[in-house]
Amino acid sequence: MPQWLQNLADRFYTNFISENRWKYIADGFIVTVEVTFFAVLIGIILGFIIAVIRSTHDKTGKLKIPDFICKVYLTVIRGTPSVLQLLIIYFVVFGSVNISKVLVAIIAFGINSGAYVAEVIRSGIMSIDKGQTEAGRSLGFTYAQTMIYIILPQALKNVLPALGNEVIVLLKETSICGYIALQDLTKGGDIIRSRTYDAFMPLIAVALIYLVMVMLLQRLVAGLERRLNSSER
Amino acid sequence: MNGEPVIEVKGLQKSFGELQVLKGIDTVINKGDVVFVIGPSGSGKSTFLRCLNLLENPTGGQILFEGTDITDPGNDINLHRRKMGMVFQQFNLFPHLSIMKNLTIAPIKLLGKSKEEAEKTAYTLLERVGLANRANAYPNQLSGGQKQRIAIVRALCMSPDVMLFDEPTSALDPEMVGEVLNVMRDLANDGMTMVVVTHEMAFAKEIASRVLFMDGGYILEENTPEELFGNPKNERLKSFLSKVI
Repeated sequence: MPQWLQNLADRFYTNFISENRWKYIADGFIVTVEVTFFAVLIGIILGFIIAVIRSTHDKTGKLKIPDFICKVYLTVIRGTPSVLQLLIIYFVVFGSVNISKVLVAIIAFGINSGAYVAEVIRSGIMSIDKGQTEAGRSLGFTYAQTMIYIILPQALKNVLPALGNEVIVLLKETSICGYIALQDLTKGGDIIRSRTYDAFMPLIAVALIYLVMVMLLQRLVAGLERRLNSSER
Repeated sequence: MNGEPVIEVKGLQKSFGELQVLKGIDTVINKGDVVFVIGPSGSGKSTFLRCLNLLENPTGGQILFEGTDITDPGNDINLHRRKMGMVFQQFNLFPHLSIMKNLTIAPIKLLGKSKEEAEKTAYTLLERVGLANRANAYPNQLSGGQKQRIAIVRALCMSPDVMLFDEPTSALDPEMVGEVLNVMRDLANDGMTMVVVTHEMAFAKEIASRVLFMDGGYILEENTPEELFGNPKNERLKSFLSKVI
């Protein structure tokens, strides 16, 4: 075996096999997926509700107070760094309670993501021609029914690429979990680095895992888009 | 042929901010009437039509639909709209739904019809307008004339008591106007109560039972098509007709 290859094999062994260090990465991967999945769920539900409130206000002038609350929420969340939001939720909001860090991260990223998802969905709702609303209303549908049966299905389809993008951003954003000492994928790789004093192996491995996850997500979104578009061909 | 009043309009006014578009409209549309509304752009004729089913909220006056004042906020307008079909200039079909779903969504969700029942009605009506073979197509696959015929069928699927047409042929290529007018002619011959805002003067002359000429937010003349087109009395109507015919 050539010297350089032997060298690489040794480093691989030290970083991943010896002392079961791969477990840092495997466990971290699970945490990252967990946090991302549930944060996306919260983000979409939250964003959806806010988008409907905001666009209803824009179109009809109703819901003044809920709209105001939503605006404050959007401004605060989009106006402050997400690391800071995570730290505040962990050390200030839940500072005096014993709570799972994963749960804290899910809540923090969910709330954060909701703000961005809300604006994405709202832009989708506002992009639908007002003739669609009028056609729905003229048939006798209520405002809510028109929203559910006519407007939202079209709006969501239009913003699917942007929503997919938001999921990707969120997945990568969870790499700041280390700030509250939650061992996610990034933190896992970094712990190995601190043990082996070898930065290259663990960090590149972690980067590759993120890359593969993002590529899978992109394919998923592209597939979904194709399926939705085929219904119009 | 005229029966009891379907829509009674009393002193109808509508302002958009400072701009007063309708300044006081009074008219009655009886069962079986085919009322055409003509007038120059900006005369308020489309606004008048859109007030009839409260797509625009009147700022004054009353609209009685089958005896009920629908401008009274205590009345649920959604229930009345089910009986007032509306056809738009831009068709406004639902692009995410197939033609069949476009036609059946409202009867199923609002009238509680079964899918089979709604589809049967839709299919019969599709055959009448010659589009039964496009039931599974999507709106974007149809021509403008086909879209508008589907839009008319969509409104008819709710078995309305009156049909409102807002410039139904204005967005169509000239060679597609005829097919839409044919459907409307059939409807009128079947005794459907219709209110039509249009620029198709020849068509108005042919099938209208009554024509309203609007300008500046008022109805300036209201008469049978023979009288209104043949012997106009209002000066503005005369100059309008001299330009469009």
